[in-house]
Amino acid sequence: MDAEKFAQFKFDYLLRQGDNALILSQQLSQLCGKGPALEEDMALTNVALDLLGQTRMWLGYAAELEGQGRDEDRLAYLRDTRDFRNVLLVEQPNGDYAQTMVRQFFFDTWHYFLMRGLLASSDKRIGEIAEKSIKEVTYHLRRSGDLVVRLGDGTDVSHAKMQAAVDELWTYAGEVFLYDEVDQAMQAQGVAPDPELLRTAFLNHVAEVFEEATLTMPSPDSYMQRGGKQGRHSERLGYVLAEMQFLQRAYPGVEW
Amino acid sequence: MAMAAVETSVDQVWAWLADVPDPEIPVISVVDLGIVREVAIDGDECVVTITPTYSGCPAMQVIAEDVAQALHARGLERVRIATRLSPAWTTDWMSEAGKAALSNYGIAPPVQQVIDISGLQKGVKRHAIRPPEVACPHCGSMHTRLTSQFGSTPCKALYQCLDCREPFDYFKCH
Repeated sequence: MDAEKFAQFKFDYLLRQGDNALILSQQLSQLCGKGPALEEDMALTNVALDLLGQTRMWLGYAAELEGQGRDEDRLAYLRDTRDFRNVLLVEQPNGDYAQTMVRQFFFDTWHYFLMRGLLASSDKRIGEIAEKSIKEVTYHLRRSGDLVVRLGDGTDVSHAKMQAAVDELWTYAGEVFLYDEVDQAMQAQGVAPDPELLRTAFLNHVAEVFEEATLTMPSPDSYMQRGGKQGRHSERLGYVLAEMQFLQRAYPGVEW
Repeated sequence: MAMAAVETSVDQVWAWLADVPDPEIPVISVVDLGIVREVAIDGDECVVTITPTYSGCPAMQVIAEDVAQALHARGLERVRIATRLSPAWTTDWMSEAGKAALSNYGIAPPVQQVIDISGLQKGVKRHAIRPPEVACPHCGSMHTRLTSQFGSTPCKALYQCLDCREPFDYFKCH
């Protein structure tokens, strides 16, 4: 592969990491002041803040690599939906609290194993970002796993809501493991880990937590929604961006 | 002789930085918190390398400005703040003096070396990993419980003392 193509793929790969963190952070931020309990409210916004910090590291690196004079803010605030590379999972609505937490648990589980894999990335900077992120992601995963158990193995109502959320969101959980030419190029150069190892670790952990939570795991072989990584998004992302980007669109170049 | 002068200056800068408080928790300095990783003097420029505690910590910008301002106030004209991600910041770098100051301030300091709380260790069941036992900073009781993994900032968890009933922040191991 020629160097120019590889640089383009790496830029895309970094956008995927940054956009996943950014969109989930934005969605969690929308729950600020609306959490079902004060502790949950604080936890959601803390996770959102961690993800926003990670976004800056990913998009900052992407902008540097691109070398077109864009910075992390321009990437976050001045791209349109088709240029976003996040997976469909993170743009799913907050829904009820079961949906919020199941979405988070699927994301955290994958995120944790991905960061662990990226510690050994052949790209030093990516390894450093993973090293910084994994400590935060570990707390995220611990918390979302705890809540999946508490709500899944809770009352009849909470159990039913959790199972419905699992069944609804499962079809979005697999996109991260569907490697396209960008992921394959990164894996071939030792930048990204093997998707099969990630998938196995993901399924094992989800199965273990679901067993404790008395939830039924849908088939790992079911059809998985795809497209977000290539810029084909659901309508919902447009609304998320409309709110997130409003200020920069209305007042271009405004700063704190 | 010239070398010795530079050595003294680096030590002097460290001593000055020990007076720069963390903007969120003013009883602990940025040095005690382990945020300052390196001080170097390069010609007439002083380079202070800092590392973020949490990647989204909004205090980092303020810390960088406070450090530069403190050194300017001491007469250093050229100060550059560099940031370094790796090795990632850990509460193991917090000084004993810093931990004592936290406790006096009402925040329980991190109690142990960093452990893997993910629940993903081989052969260890998730629920077998208990939250750390933390002493109440108000009454000293060990009879406390974790109420939330996240407190008023990402670096803290919420606990409650079951004896004096006071809620308190616990500075998490990281």
